[in-house]
Formats: sequence, C-alpha cells, structure tokens
Amino acid sequence: MSAAMQAPPLSPPRQPGGRSYREALAASTARTLRRRRITNYVMLGLTSAAALVATLPLLFILAHLVAKGGSSLTWGFFTRMPKPPGEAGGGMANAIVGTGMLILIASALGLPIGIGAGLFLAERRDSKLATTVRFLSDVLNGLPSIVLGIFAWQLLVRPFRHFSALAGGIALAAMMIPLVTRATEEMIRLVPVSLREAALALGYPRWRTSLGVVLRTALPGIMTGALVAVARIAGETAPLIFTAFGNQFWSLSPLQPIAALPMQIYNYASTPYDDWRAQAWAGALVLLVLVLIISLAARFATRSRFGLGGD
Amino acid sequence: MLLSPTAADDVAIRPPREAAAESAADAMTPRLEAEGGARDVCLATESLDAYFGAVRAVRDVSLDVEAGRVTAIIGPSGCGKSTLLRCINRMHETVPGARVEGEVRFNGRDIYDRSVSAISVRRHIGMVFQRPTPFPTMSIRDNVAAGLKILPRGARPSRRETDAIVEHALRRTALWDEVSDRLSASAVALSGGQQQRLCIARALATSPTVLLLDEPTASLDPLSTQRVEELVYELREQVTILIVTHNMQQAARMSDRTAFMLSGELIEAGPTNTMFTAPRDPRTEAYITGRFG
Repeated sequence: MSAAMQAPPLSPPRQPGGRSYREALAASTARTLRRRRITNYVMLGLTSAAALVATLPLLFILAHLVAKGGSSLTWGFFTRMPKPPGEAGGGMANAIVGTGMLILIASALGLPIGIGAGLFLAERRDSKLATTVRFLSDVLNGLPSIVLGIFAWQLLVRPFRHFSALAGGIALAAMMIPLVTRATEEMIRLVPVSLREAALALGYPRWRTSLGVVLRTALPGIMTGALVAVARIAGETAPLIFTAFGNQFWSLSPLQPIAALPMQIYNYASTPYDDWRAQAWAGALVLLVLVLIISLAARFATRSRFGLGGD
Repeated sequence: MLLSPTAADDVAIRPPREAAAESAADAMTPRLEAEGGARDVCLATESLDAYFGAVRAVRDVSLDVEAGRVTAIIGPSGCGKSTLLRCINRMHETVPGARVEGEVRFNGRDIYDRSVSAISVRRHIGMVFQRPTPFPTMSIRDNVAAGLKILPRGARPSRRETDAIVEHALRRTALWDEVSDRLSASAVALSGGQQQRLCIARALATSPTVLLLDEPTASLDPLSTQRVEELVYELREQVTILIVTHNMQQAARMSDRTAFMLSGELIEAGPTNTMFTAPRDPRTEAYITGRFG
C-alpha cells in the first residue's frame, strides 16, 4: 500500500528531504512483518528437523535389523531350539516363550499392585502416606535396572541358591509397579469429580464408587499405561542376568532358570560365530516388533467406545 | 438402616436440648409462615451451619420443606444455596475439610444422627447436578438402573423388575420414546438435554422421597430447559422437589414456595406468589427487582 493513498489531513507536515511519519511507520511495520515471517520459517524448519531426527534412530535401527537379521528370520527361528555353534538352523523358541513367561509373571504381580497403589494415590492424594509413596515410586522409577537385578539376586536367588524365572519376573514387576502406579493415578485424576459425586449421590458406598465408577471409567487409560509398562520391561536385560539367568534348554518351570530374548541376544551377539550373531539380529528384530505390537495395542485400547483417557 | 416416617422415632431421636435451640432459632431467622393449604413438612433444617475449612458458607439456616411441593432456592452466586442443598443429602461432607453443624430433619429424624448412614440418606434423597453426569462406561439402561444395582440383596429388584422400573423412569422423564430403541447404547452419545433427563430418570429409579436439583438447567439450551421444567412440574405430586436456580423467572414458573438466600443466610421463605409480589425483606425485593445479583 502506498502512503500517499491514505495520507490523512492531520499528518505532521513533511520535512524537506525526510519521510512523513506515516511513511516511516509503514516502512517499519513492513520490516517487522518480514522479520517475523523469516523467524517463523526458521523456527518451523528447526523444529521439524528436530522432530525428524527424533524418529531417525528408530528408522535406522529397524532398517539395520531387517537387513542383518531378516534372513535368519525363518519359521524355524520361532519353533526350534538353539543349536550348538557351527550347526545351522537353530531357533530361539525357548527364549521367545521364556520372555512371554517372564512378562506374564511380572504382569500378574505388577499390575494388581500398581493399579491398587495408583487408586490409593488418587483417592488419598494429599495424605502423608500418599505423598511419601508417590515420591518413593518416582525414585524407584529412576532406579537403574542393574541395581534392581542385584537386589533381586540378593533377596530371591541367593537364599535359594537357584536362579529362577520367578525371581526374574519379580525383578521385572518391581520395574513395572512405579510405571503402572503413576499411569493409574494420572488416569483416575482425569475422571471428573462430578462423576464420583453422581455415584455417591445415588447411594453408592465409597468403595463401589471408586471401583465401579471411577476406576472403570479410567480403565482404557490404565490399560494403555499397563501396556506401555509391559513394552518397557519386555526388552530389559540387566535385571534378568542376575535372576532368570538364561537357559539353553526348554523350560516352563517358574522355579528353574529361564531363557529370555534380550539375554539370548546379548549372549549370541558376543560370540564369534556368524550363525549366532545373525540369530541375535533376528532376535532383536523380533523383540522390536513385539514392543511395536504392544504399543499399537496400547493405542487401540485408548480408542475404546466407552470411557475416557488417552487422546 | 432405613429412615421411616413414624412419630415415635421422632420423639425418641430428638435430643432434649433441641427444644431450646429451636426457639432461639425462631427468634433469629425468618420461618415459613403457615399458609392455608400448607402440607406436611417432610424435611427441615434446624440452625444449619456448613463450613469449608474455616469458611462458613451456610449460616444458621432453618428452612421447612413441605411434602409434595416444589421449593426453589434463589440467591446470587456464592450465597450458599448449592451448599445448603448438598447438606440435605450429606454430600457436603464428601468435600475434604467440609463439615456441618445443626440438624436436618427428614421425616422427623436427624440425618446427621450417628445412627443414620449417609448412604441410606442419599437413597431417599436423590440429587441431580448442574452438569449432566451419565456414567460413560454404562449403557443408557444401566445408567438408569445404576442406583438399583447397589441396593441391599433383599431390596434389589430382579432383572425383569429392573427393566420395568427403567422403562417407567424413562417414561416419566419423557425420554422413553427417544431412547427405547437403543437402551444398550452408550449414554454419552445422548444430547446434553437428554443426558440431564437421563440423570433425573436415574435419580427417580430408586423412588426417592425428595429430589434435590442443583441448577439442573444451567448447562442446557432453552428447549431442553423447557422440557426439564415441564418434567419438574409433572413430578411435583409424586416427589418433594428442592431446586436451586439462578434464574428467577424459572423459580417463579416452577415453584410453589421460594427461599431467598444471601451471604449464607436464609433471608426469607414463603409462597412463591408472595415472595415475588410482596416480599417482606427489602433485600429480597432488591434482588427480585434486579437491583443486584
């Protein structure tokens, strides 16, 4: 726009050789707008680049795993037992089942305790016990997993002089509990107070209000939290080295050492045998896909027809 | 235990000191005057005080509620009318730090007596809130039946009886024709007005003696508001209704009696006609004529 077009009658007189006030203002506005537009583009570019870089590691890892381990990923990998080095065609059936067992044991212990603790924190949010538990749970969440493993070894393996799947499951449950506790608390807090009041006003006892209305409404969100926790422990190696120990043979007994994918990958990857190393890559790919599937399931759990929670 | 309207209970439960307290309250706060055709008083607060921590939200309120009538409680925001309502079914005490002093006599028995459980009080005195609160995890049918499912084993209706009660409650709230073909659908799919009528149906399903409505139309559009008002009008013969409202026209349209509150105190209560045409207290007149609030 030109300044002449909108020259107002009251504008200050034009200085000889200078610009009018309006012209100067228009020029400075145009400069500011240009600067803002450039800043906008630059910042948008930087943040998009950061967003891309954030997903790059996963893409690289996935591509690398498919390239290195894809060829070993045969039907036999899922159904056969490990073979001695040099013999072709072994599989990781025992480790896959073992990981499933460990997840089952950890979930059976970790989910009820975690959800119960989360419900307590949400219901009694300002009590001294709740504040303490919340803090300790955050500390536990930040605890290095190797420390948990050593602790579980001292408590559950040494007294019995025996590595066991149960000890491994308990160590993993200890990792799960703080995650599930906090997820449950957050989700229950999302349930509007009005819903709780509606139940109480109908004559619901407090326990039925908490379980039948509040917890049930938050359940899809809690399921998501639980699945995220499962995905998180599925790949844990450190707590298992001292507890479940690993097993070259088929075992379903909770009182015997048991194989697990992450440990098998670790063991195979540190050998000089090409067969085993290729299988380690394949194992890593299976583990990644497993975690991916669990995460997808978590997303679907939030999209349930009834209830709140998630986005 | 259940509350029963017997005179013997009344005498047995009322502590002796109450007589003195009552006369003192009489002197200090205005009471409903006896009108021609006055009904039995089924609910009465006696020198009721309600606190949030140190804040006294309701001050020395003594209000008689006649059976089978619609009583409106009006007053500016923050005057304690919702808190008063929440004291009547013991919902006030569910807020951390909240407490109540004084008495609420329901069929002659103090609901704050130690022998009375809050749960039995709430089963007899239903409540509907400002915003619709359908349970999102339950179907339309289960929402209406929610209060029945938690009754003690002996009093719990069978499945067939429940279906009949649900239908009756939905018909009373004029919702049956709108939802009868999708009773098992989620209740949150209903419109706001339908959700609120569903909440009223849910409160009615347990056949309460008294229904407390806390600004039930505040979040509804004019048409839904009209339906809820008509509903309340039709229910008046069967249920004693206490309604808190911001809307003075609504109070004038719907209620038989009106109580005016200001800063936690009950200023005046009486037949709605009298209250809106010839209020005794100048503050009531000022509020009703729109000089403040």
